[in-house]
Amino acid sequence: MSEKEMPDDGVNPAVPPAPTSPDAAAASGVDITNGSSAPAARPPPSRERLQQARRRVLRTILLTGGVMGAALSGYLPLVYAQKKRLRPPGALDEKDFLSSCIKCGQCVQVCPVQAIKLADLVDGFGVGTPYIDAREQACDFSCDAVQCILACPTGSLVYKKPAFLGVRKGAKLAAAPILKAKEKDAEPTLNLSERIGVARLTRPEACLAIQGKGFKGQVRGAAFKGRLRYMDVNRWKPIRVAEHPYDIAECDLCVRECPVKGAISIETVFAPDGSKRKSPVVHEPCVGCGVCEMICPVEPTCIVVEAREVWNT
Amino acid sequence: MSVYLKNRFRDQIAVMFGREPRKPVAISEPAQKIHVLKRATNKERLQAAIVAHQDRKSVHTWRNRRWTVLLVVNLFFTLSFWLDIQILEGALTASRFIGFHLIDLNSALQVMLAHKHIIVNLVIGTGTVLVLWLILGGRSFCSWVCPYHLLAEWAENIHLWLVKKKLVTDQAIDRRLRTLSWIVFALLALATGYTVFEAISPTGILSRALIYGPGLALLWVLALLVFEVFFSRRAWCRYACPIGLTYGVVGIFSPVRIKYTLDNCFHEGDCRKVCLVPHVLDTVIKGRAVDTEVPIGPDCTRCGLCVDTCPTGSLKFEVKGLSKLL
Repeated sequence: MSEKEMPDDGVNPAVPPAPTSPDAAAASGVDITNGSSAPAARPPPSRERLQQARRRVLRTILLTGGVMGAALSGYLPLVYAQKKRLRPPGALDEKDFLSSCIKCGQCVQVCPVQAIKLADLVDGFGVGTPYIDAREQACDFSCDAVQCILACPTGSLVYKKPAFLGVRKGAKLAAAPILKAKEKDAEPTLNLSERIGVARLTRPEACLAIQGKGFKGQVRGAAFKGRLRYMDVNRWKPIRVAEHPYDIAECDLCVRECPVKGAISIETVFAPDGSKRKSPVVHEPCVGCGVCEMICPVEPTCIVVEAREVWNT
Repeated sequence: MSVYLKNRFRDQIAVMFGREPRKPVAISEPAQKIHVLKRATNKERLQAAIVAHQDRKSVHTWRNRRWTVLLVVNLFFTLSFWLDIQILEGALTASRFIGFHLIDLNSALQVMLAHKHIIVNLVIGTGTVLVLWLILGGRSFCSWVCPYHLLAEWAENIHLWLVKKKLVTDQAIDRRLRTLSWIVFALLALATGYTVFEAISPTGILSRALIYGPGLALLWVLALLVFEVFFSRRAWCRYACPIGLTYGVVGIFSPVRIKYTLDNCFHEGDCRKVCLVPHVLDTVIKGRAVDTEVPIGPDCTRCGLCVDTCPTGSLKFEVKGLSKLL
């Protein structure tokens, strides 16, 4: 029975090792009747065996090709990427981010508002990496301490970049951002040195502030699941935006709910026809958290965060 | 360790990297005696004993223990996140157990090669896992923790059923491919700066799917399983997965292993039929054992299927040094 167990593809039949004793030779199972320890002459490999070997090589190439093809297809989404992903705060530049992220999702787990999601297969090499869909759920810094950075085990999210990594011009924040929620604390700033993007008014024509309109009711409707920390409700417990209806004479939601001090304000601007208008204006302290994008009551949003955008003066 | 076992120890490392097992060059005196005695055994009585073994009820002690551990570990990740109890945070690629960093060795390697910068937490986490699996048996990660291993085991059962029905045949692939894939993925990480392997690692994909919810990436896992069911038995684990090789290298030095006792063995070969890595069990072939007791090599995943299957108790779990102490 054991003789049948011999791996037919396993042992190279052409090379029987010289046995030390006749017993070993006999017991080795190739030829029980032949007790002699003289090295056997190499039998030419049979046609069948050669064919088997050839097939195995082909299968090996097939599996290699399949695995490598699948692996390298991860490049395609990077090459054809239409939209840049907004990464969590403290993310390294995209190339470095993708090389250092270990795809464990610890940042996802610590986020109090579950702003961070993990990318799927369509992101290629970015599969399993964290990103923020600000319109659905922005980072409102409810955690105060940028917990995702603290959780990251590989330094993909960092408070401060290591020296060997360059900082893109305009990515560095002029000063540590002051968190409006912490303004009265002894240490009001957020430990963040670079922005993840910059907010931009992409559809001024639809902006309620510019039109001089107000807003009443639930921002984004009753079904909207996004959450926000409201200091007048509970500093430590973000609630659903739908549970916090507004009644505002002149819309300033993006300014009102921006968590960072001095990042956006309503300014008087002149329209092309010379008339005075109110308009949200983004300033240098903007870190790109995306709360303005989430809270904008117009569909589609008038203000968006341009991921990985830098501040151009 | 006798010179015979030393030779075998070296030999098994080469076997792990893909060389086919060879017949031993030298066999110890006591082992030779047993081999001779076995040949002198009455053939009919031997056959009768083997037939008796076939009526033996199938035992699943170790398999059940292992499946339990595997499910508990993986679901612990999920529960920890869902219930927000923060005991085991993260996924199999990297996690924190009550604050202690744990980082998968192969994932850490990919990140280090791609990013070319190593931070302290990464070193701590990798070191912890290295020590952990050094103690627990290297590739025991594969069979006792990796979620893909469990799915692949189920797929393997379907495959074996189809083989029995003669609907498919197992297409063997060159085992050196795994070493090649380890090298290629390491070089790809180094050259491209992307953790290329992490994008297709079914271990990572499944672990994340269990914790953070399913995604399209599961299609790749499904494709692998289909390949294994209809084409090549356990192809990913046997011929492709670099994680297995990484932990296999750790297993070279691990004290937890399966030990083979020549004396009791009837050489029926059932263990080799259930084994994921039958090349480590070449020692059970009649006349191959170099000593009366032979530890199984580092590519063994310590899954215990052979221990369950062996009707004579010739294959047993052993912790090196512990038996001497007790």
